[in-house]
Amino acid sequence: MAKGLLIDYEFCTGCHSCEMACRKEHGLSDGEFGIKIAEFIWPKRAEGLDWQRTDDWQYTYIPVPLDECDLCAERTAAGKLPTCVHHCQAKVMQYGEIGELALALAEKPKQTLFRP
Amino acid sequence: MADLQNLQSVPHVIPEYQYQEGEYTVTRGSAWSGPGCHLGCGVLIYTDENERLVKVEGDPENPFNQGRLCVRCLAVQDVVNSPKRLTSPLKRKREDRGKDAWEEISWDEAYDIIYESITTLQEQNGKETLFTIMGTGRDISPWLTRLTFSLGSPNCVFAMSGLSCYTTRVVGCIATSGSFWVGDYSQQFPERYDHPDWKAPEVIAIWGNNPVVANSDGLFGHWVVDCMKRGSKLITIDPRVTWLAARSEAHLGIRPGTDAALALGMIDYIIKNDLYDHEFVDKWCYGFEELAAAADEYPLAKTSEITWIPEEKIARAARMIAESDGAVLQWGVSLDMCKEALPTSSAAFAIFAITGQIERPGGMISPSEILRYSAGWGYEELIEKKTPEIAAKRAGVWKPEYGLLRSGISAAHTDTVIEMLETGEPYKLSCLWLQTANPLACTSPDPKRTLAALAKLDFVVAVDLFMTPSIMALADIVLPVSTFTEKDGFRVGDGFQRCETINKASDPGNTKPDTQINLEIGKRFNPEAWPWDNVQEMYGAVLRDCGGIDGTFEQMRDLAPAYLPFEYRRYETGKLRPDGQLGFNTPSGRIELWSSYFANSNLPPLPYFEEPTPGPLATPELLDKYPLVLTTGARSWWSFHSEHRQIPSLRAHKPWPEVEVHPETAEKYGVSDGDWVWIENQRGRCKRVVVVTPTIDPRYVSTDHGWWLPEEKGAMDDGLFGMWDVDCNNLLEWKCGKAGFGSNYKTMLCTIYKVVEGDEHNVWKGDAAYSYAPKKGTE
Repeated sequence: MAKGLLIDYEFCTGCHSCEMACRKEHGLSDGEFGIKIAEFIWPKRAEGLDWQRTDDWQYTYIPVPLDECDLCAERTAAGKLPTCVHHCQAKVMQYGEIGELALALAEKPKQTLFRP
Repeated sequence: MADLQNLQSVPHVIPEYQYQEGEYTVTRGSAWSGPGCHLGCGVLIYTDENERLVKVEGDPENPFNQGRLCVRCLAVQDVVNSPKRLTSPLKRKREDRGKDAWEEISWDEAYDIIYESITTLQEQNGKETLFTIMGTGRDISPWLTRLTFSLGSPNCVFAMSGLSCYTTRVVGCIATSGSFWVGDYSQQFPERYDHPDWKAPEVIAIWGNNPVVANSDGLFGHWVVDCMKRGSKLITIDPRVTWLAARSEAHLGIRPGTDAALALGMIDYIIKNDLYDHEFVDKWCYGFEELAAAADEYPLAKTSEITWIPEEKIARAARMIAESDGAVLQWGVSLDMCKEALPTSSAAFAIFAITGQIERPGGMISPSEILRYSAGWGYEELIEKKTPEIAAKRAGVWKPEYGLLRSGISAAHTDTVIEMLETGEPYKLSCLWLQTANPLACTSPDPKRTLAALAKLDFVVAVDLFMTPSIMALADIVLPVSTFTEKDGFRVGDGFQRCETINKASDPGNTKPDTQINLEIGKRFNPEAWPWDNVQEMYGAVLRDCGGIDGTFEQMRDLAPAYLPFEYRRYETGKLRPDGQLGFNTPSGRIELWSSYFANSNLPPLPYFEEPTPGPLATPELLDKYPLVLTTGARSWWSFHSEHRQIPSLRAHKPWPEVEVHPETAEKYGVSDGDWVWIENQRGRCKRVVVVTPTIDPRYVSTDHGWWLPEEKGAMDDGLFGMWDVDCNNLLEWKCGKAGFGSNYKTMLCTIYKVVEGDEHNVWKGDAAYSYAPKKGTE
């Protein structure tokens, strides 16, 4: 059964722990990524509002697994979690079978499911 | 003696703290020492057959961080194994200070020089001529305070003006309510969020910190996120829109330094709208009428004019706190780092007192202690009782208005130390022990003045992981210290205390743990005060002395992590007072909104607000030249204070110091994203890279601190690792609050302009820097 990563991006704080954990696990250099945080930050209504009253923000981070991601095959074979999931500070990442993750995806908005 | 059985231990799948996993040895422990922050997360340390550190993972069995780690711990092997580490004791001739003229020596020679130099200077000038500077609160306080006191000196210093980090809020809280207070995130329970007595805070008011990036008061910042998932609503009081601010019901974009006015305005709104907890106020608060009268001067409109926050947001936030069943004041160092810090934190805490958010699930709770060493280890025994005449010489205690220095803490007063160095009055300070602290590039304002004052010292010892600008400028002897993976110790520190042990996993080489250095040097000077053969024996002694616990380091290691029993509403059962009486540990037994402690120390007994000076309202005449409000100290994922700048795997992701500027402001000042600019005020300037972002008020700019450039040349005449160019402390001054606590680190006026060819550097050559004297009238 195929495995994947379910990510609750409502609560991703953009702490970069997944990126660093992945880099160390896979022996990547400082400019390389097996997972990377995408960033979306702007006021939803940019015009005609003074800053102190601007309350409605798009302020979203989404970790995206990339080509180097093998879902930590060695770790998971040893019964461990992928290192990004293990170390995620906001606990927004789940590893599991795609079918089961899809059920969890249906339960809550602002999530996304990756099959790297 | 307390019983170890009282501590509730967390079971492990593998009971041994050290075990084999494939080719690696795994050591379970705590990350509490340099490098990194003062949280002490639970870690699994992987080492190879040569005891070389391979990697660190978060310990999923540890209730504190539950397996999670930040980037700094995930890259800690790059720090521990860094070729830039100090690996041998070093000496340098007194006349070579500021030059890269170090000579490697043995530990024995270093200790001999230290013993002879300090002994000679103490014979000439008195024991009190020695002072120590302590770095941030990792595994340091008991050992360095004991070293100071056992050498006969009362002067252990934290090198910030007005001690404006954590201590200020602790001292203020103890004076008004008998205890410090932290938010209830279930951190006191090994079962955490599953404990049946706990419930999530309804409201978390994040005030003056960005907890997901920072780490104050023993808070693992992402607990806030855990609580959001469990329904907690947020209020964020911050001059920037942080991730947490963007998810808040109310973001209050406060003008830096006006927190006391905001707190008084919220108190007034709560009282005028009859939203306070009448029963709690009647039974458990003292001085409510007086507080109400003080707050009456801050109606919403006036509060809004001062703080620049819209009235409706102040009202909404105040109402949310008052109407919630469980609200947390998630406060941070911004409340310490303003000049009148004591009334500011008192006012903020008073909001939560009058709304009854105290000692209830999801509210504010008093952290229990396993070890009590807020006065250091041995102050009473080694100084106060033995040599009361020396106790009276602790820097600053003779000033009547600094009464809180005499209220259960043993810190010497830093601003007074600087004055003493400059004047030699009332006595001469001649030698310094600097331990994991970098005052010039990190903690101390006005590095020119700080350097000139410290350069007068006859003898300086530094203990650290890496060469720093402070060491290059000042030290005569340097001792290389071990990291947390290379030493044994306890993690029993700030916030809610739990017992964790730091367990040695990797080979320290020729470095020594700070604890061992303190023991060995202490023994040379005063063997009676250090009767232990090794650090493990010393740890047994600190358990007895500071915890009343009859136990050993090895027993604690077997128990760790271990928790004290906890119950809510202890003021109703007499468990907040040593005498067992009901109520709070204050003279009146109540939370003193009107503080008898402050009154007895000749301080205003009620919270008050003073305009930050310089500031747009206090010094409008400066606005032509310096129209922007500058705040400092924004935290980064990639570094901790002045650490980590020489670690490529971390530095790569944030290579330069930055200043956040709103797009409108950037346009007005003709600067673009990525430009190098000078931030300048009437005191000095520092260089920054512009980050253009809509997340900051167009009237504010915000920058990070602790910068120096280890890749640059280090000698004084070459600019101390680029420090003079990038140290934002160039813009700050030594100036503390009335009570001796607090200083304006986070609010000042400035302008920004592009760095142009021919004006790329602040030049501070050795002679000028060592002999700098502050101009009269600027202090």
